[in-house]
Amino acid sequence: MRALVALNAQLLYWVLVAPFRGQMFHAREVLRQLVIVASHALPMVALTSFSVGFTLAMQSASELRKLGGEMFVPDLVSVSLLRELGPVLIAVIVIGRSGSAFTAELGTMKVSEEIEALEVMAINPVRFLVVPRVLALLMALPMLTALGNCMGIVGGWTVCRFMLGMNTDAFILHAVRAADAWDLYSGLIKSVTFAWIVGTVACKAGLGVEGGAAGVGRATTNSVVTGLLSMLVANAVLTAIFFFGE
Amino acid sequence: MSAPVIVVKDLVRRFGRRTVLNGISFTVGSGETLVIMGGSGCGKSTLLRHLIGVVRPTSGSIRIFGEDIASMPESELAGVRKRFGMLFQSGALLQSMTVGENVALPLVEHGKLDPGVIDLVVKMKLELVGLTGFEDFHPAEISGGMRKRVGLARALALDPELLFSDEPTSGLDPIMTAVVDELTSDLTRKLGMTAVVVTHDMTSAFRIATRMIMLGAGPRQGTIIAEGTPDEIRSHPSPEVQQFIKGEADGPVPLRLSRDDYIERLLGAPPAPHTRD
Repeated sequence: MRALVALNAQLLYWVLVAPFRGQMFHAREVLRQLVIVASHALPMVALTSFSVGFTLAMQSASELRKLGGEMFVPDLVSVSLLRELGPVLIAVIVIGRSGSAFTAELGTMKVSEEIEALEVMAINPVRFLVVPRVLALLMALPMLTALGNCMGIVGGWTVCRFMLGMNTDAFILHAVRAADAWDLYSGLIKSVTFAWIVGTVACKAGLGVEGGAAGVGRATTNSVVTGLLSMLVANAVLTAIFFFGE
Repeated sequence: MSAPVIVVKDLVRRFGRRTVLNGISFTVGSGETLVIMGGSGCGKSTLLRHLIGVVRPTSGSIRIFGEDIASMPESELAGVRKRFGMLFQSGALLQSMTVGENVALPLVEHGKLDPGVIDLVVKMKLELVGLTGFEDFHPAEISGGMRKRVGLARALALDPELLFSDEPTSGLDPIMTAVVDELTSDLTRKLGMTAVVVTHDMTSAFRIATRMIMLGAGPRQGTIIAEGTPDEIRSHPSPEVQQFIKGEADGPVPLRLSRDDYIERLLGAPPAPHTRD
């Protein structure tokens, strides 16, 4: 826990203070990581979100049909995706794809003396390796979440349009009426928070690897488990703050 | 002796109950090449890791360029580290970067040079280690010996005043070993660079050293058992030192167990004779 707090403090220093002292982080490396984290994840995020929106619409339609409320399927799909499913689902994908990759990559660098070599060359590993990854994640996760929301709603629309016979105008009217801007913003705020948690937990696990290949494996598993649990706790806290206190 | 670059005094390092370095003291003057020798597991690499500041001693002091790095906060170590280069045993190249980018890394980070000049310096350093034209290869695409030579080129990128090398010639062919030895000798004798080299390769050690120290094993683990010029070490009276530099299997450092020792180690100590009350 102390190591995670120390890493967060260093991260804040290198992102917020150091650039004003002439010690800029590597913008090119941030972009390179952004391509790896975001653009390579696009197909998986799009497909998963579409599938969840699609199945969510089918499940809710079968229940709402009993009450004669099929027209409320778009409302349910849009609100649940924007508020909860979108940010959480995309964060789970990113933890599995990028969080584990960060830990494994940094862990392998640690056991092959690359991190030590950076330190001996007077290059701070947090500035050089952690800052670009966390910043890329901070940009990528909200973007992926927005895309996931769109694809999920398209999945819901597919069911409503082709299986329930609802016309597109009615779908949009219901979906937009049910959700307000705050639903979208709260989801995006959640995704930024998740990005910070996932990035720091994964990088801390990677930098702390001890004991060769087995150590890298253990750290990667720990990173995914800790990342998931921390993200779910943060989600519950944020949901309580955003929606439960009203 | 010329002005000291490194002064190590009463260095002790314990890992739990195991004492790996036990009161090590030595001095390295400017322009000297100190070779650290000793059997596997005697603490050579641990000593080197103390000198580069990645491991802190349990007690004692390490002064490099007059500054005590043993008690120095991490943030201030960077200033000292910019003045030395380190060649790791494995090369420790960043796998995600090309050979050229690896060598350029210290220059890009600390040199504040024009990209054209950096390109030129990278080519010059790779030429020094016989790797001209390998700039665009990735570390995974070249051999272990080549990776080590790239590591040396990177260590020399900023023209350091002090070079640390961990097994610089292991895995190199005899010709390349001679090239690396000659390069180290040229840098120290002609340009005044100071070098600290950890090696098992006795031919290489006697070729480059101006002074040598040997760390002990067994009951003398973690202490310096011999120190002197290459000639003094060659004629050192200690049978342990002679066994090591001649590479003999039999001697005071036993690698073969006696029959009794072997049986005891295999089956455990025999039980005490049973006594009846």
